[in-house]
Amino acid sequence: MKYADEFRDKTIAQGLAQAIGTEADPQRAYRFMEFCGGHTHVISRYGLDDLLPANVRMIHGPGCPVCVLPTSRIDMAIRLAARPQVTLCVYGDLMRVPGSQGQSLLRARALGADIRMVYSTLDAIRIAEQALDQEVVFFAIGFETTTPPTAVMIRLAKKKRLKNLSVFCNHVLTPPAMQSILESPDIRTVGRAEIDGFIGPAHVSAIIGTEPYGRLAEQFGEPIVIAGFEPLDVMQAILMLVRQVNDGRFEVENQYSRAVRREGNHRAMEEVSNVFGLRDQFEWRGLGLIPDSGLKLKRAYAKFDAEMRFVMHELPAADNPACECGAILRGVKRPVDCKLFGTVCTPETPTGSCMVSSEGACAAHWTYGRGRDYQVRRASCE
Amino acid sequence: MRVKSYQRKLDIKNGCVDLSHGSGGRATTQLVLGLFHEAFGNEWLARCNDQSAFGVRSGRMVMTTDSYVVSPLFFPGGNIGSLAVHGTINDVAMAGARPLYLAASFIIEEGFRFSELKAVADSMGAAARAAGVHIITGDTKVVERGKADGLFISTTGIGVLAAGLDLSAERATIGDRVLVSGSLGDHGVAIMSRRQNLAFQIDIVSDSAALHDLVAVMVAAGGADIRVMRDPTRGGLAATLNEIAHQSSLGFRLQEEAIPVKPAVAAACELLGLDPLHVANEGKLVAIVAPDMADAVLAAMKAHPLGCDAADIGEAVADHHHLVQMSTSFGGGRIVDWLSGEQLPRIC
Ligand code: SF4
Repeated sequence: MKYADEFRDKTIAQGLAQAIGTEADPQRAYRFMEFCGGHTHVISRYGLDDLLPANVRMIHGPGCPVCVLPTSRIDMAIRLAARPQVTLCVYGDLMRVPGSQGQSLLRARALGADIRMVYSTLDAIRIAEQALDQEVVFFAIGFETTTPPTAVMIRLAKKKRLKNLSVFCNHVLTPPAMQSILESPDIRTVGRAEIDGFIGPAHVSAIIGTEPYGRLAEQFGEPIVIAGFEPLDVMQAILMLVRQVNDGRFEVENQYSRAVRREGNHRAMEEVSNVFGLRDQFEWRGLGLIPDSGLKLKRAYAKFDAEMRFVMHELPAADNPACECGAILRGVKRPVDCKLFGTVCTPETPTGSCMVSSEGACAAHWTYGRGRDYQVRRASCE
Repeated sequence: MRVKSYQRKLDIKNGCVDLSHGSGGRATTQLVLGLFHEAFGNEWLARCNDQSAFGVRSGRMVMTTDSYVVSPLFFPGGNIGSLAVHGTINDVAMAGARPLYLAASFIIEEGFRFSELKAVADSMGAAARAAGVHIITGDTKVVERGKADGLFISTTGIGVLAAGLDLSAERATIGDRVLVSGSLGDHGVAIMSRRQNLAFQIDIVSDSAALHDLVAVMVAAGGADIRVMRDPTRGGLAATLNEIAHQSSLGFRLQEEAIPVKPAVAAACELLGLDPLHVANEGKLVAIVAPDMADAVLAAMKAHPLGCDAADIGEAVADHHHLVQMSTSFGGGRIVDWLSGEQLPRIC
């Protein structure tokens, strides 16, 4: 852990915390959204909130792939997995995401569906090769980071002439979602100052580079700092954001220069654009339909597209009306604002998707941070 | 072996278990004598009864039972057999007791190779002998192919408790220290490193070990000031401390920096997105000890080969939410919650 430990040094952290404390103007509120669930997890896991002054607040964003997947897509996967000839390969987090009417992939598996947890797209290829009489479908989700491995899988499947492997594609793109948040009427009504800056994604930016954020920073006057996933990265990015706000700047800065280059990773982007094209629009939980935000397989790869191959239909699905995931994913509410948080809804019995993945705002707060709410409550009682 | 007349030699090298070995007929006896008795050999089994009688002394006894379904069956540092012996010995030992006897029951899938079964039985025998514990009765069943994943083992253990000891979670008190006997997460990571779809190269072996000897030196040093001991198996240290917090209606405050985790285990957990505090151990214990005696007990642990990396990692505090909280090595605070979900099925 040598490499990582350098990014977790307590004394450096305290130095950064002190700098944030002195440079943050006490007359002013600094509300920064970390877009990525990876950052949400790090902030909660290392208790970074404790190191920040009261007027610097982190708002959790929608960058958790499991969280933004709408219920209707889970329902589609459950219906697909129920077909006797289908073997569905999924990442572990997806198993517990609630579908409609108390359904989940976990429950579907208990009832007999052939659903396998995989750790990489290569597992799906291996399963397909071993079960040539089964239709193996890979449930692909995720942002720009997980898209290249899916593209490689499809290319390999084509090369190996695997006829029994296809993809249920739910890949989505980061910049359109950030734009949608900035245009969100919720935020508009109270003025755009609700979010004073963004911590930009780490691994996503390693793929797409920093350029796509430039337009957003300019159009909306928002400072954006791209940060790595180590706790010190996040602290440094917060300091950089504080400085931008103080200076009245709104630039895209790259804290994570050890991995992110301005132009991104060309090979990965090429791999993706060979296989995937844009959908006209795609539904995000909480954000609704966002134009040009989702990917689908190109026509040349249509036979690997599970939605075509199995004629899958998206049916409207109702979420639990008390679940505030939508508002939380837009950064308008916090987990504790939800009536179900910690009572009906816990990681063992999730009502909404934000309570499932460790990158989800509700799960992260419940797992690592709920002690802070009790302290606040106690302090206010005393 | 008295019942020589039944015996035909098993073809250990090439043979495998079939349904006849579970039928109760001659083949069953052949398997039991040729393989299990051979491996466990002791005076009780030699009498070939369906049960074994043993003498009892005055005082209190402890009894426990556990099933083992680990996958894969063989892993770095042990196999399902040694695990089934160590795990149950440890459950007995956590009461502060000295384990004496085990019962072992096997559910074997048709087609399971004798050579593998012998390897498992031999390591059970070796583990029991090394621990001074006898496997004195048992059972075998064979199920059709596809109805069990190779082999499941269930063991029951019996031990005796020294007078005056009554370890139990509700005895934990505010100010008690939390001691762990060594580095956390080794077993779970060793198992995962051998999972078919994960296989990664790592030098970590399972910590599977019988802890009753370590327990004996701790009890000698701390006596009844040891409030409770647990072995943090499934769910790891996090689950164990949360259980104790609920049972004792207290909370715990830990120092992350004090918690021993091997760098390779930390790195593997990082890679797999796991928290080492959620990962299973099979040769570690947590002890909640009265503050005055904590140093003495810790010193006794450190002097024992199975406790040389022992550490004092925190204390019991008043908390009516019964949370396990931790000061992170980064200077912030967070909760150490139970593991939710099923990322690590069949770890023991
Ligand atoms: S606590 Fe549960 S129900 Fe409430 S917003 Fe979060 S996920 Fe939805």
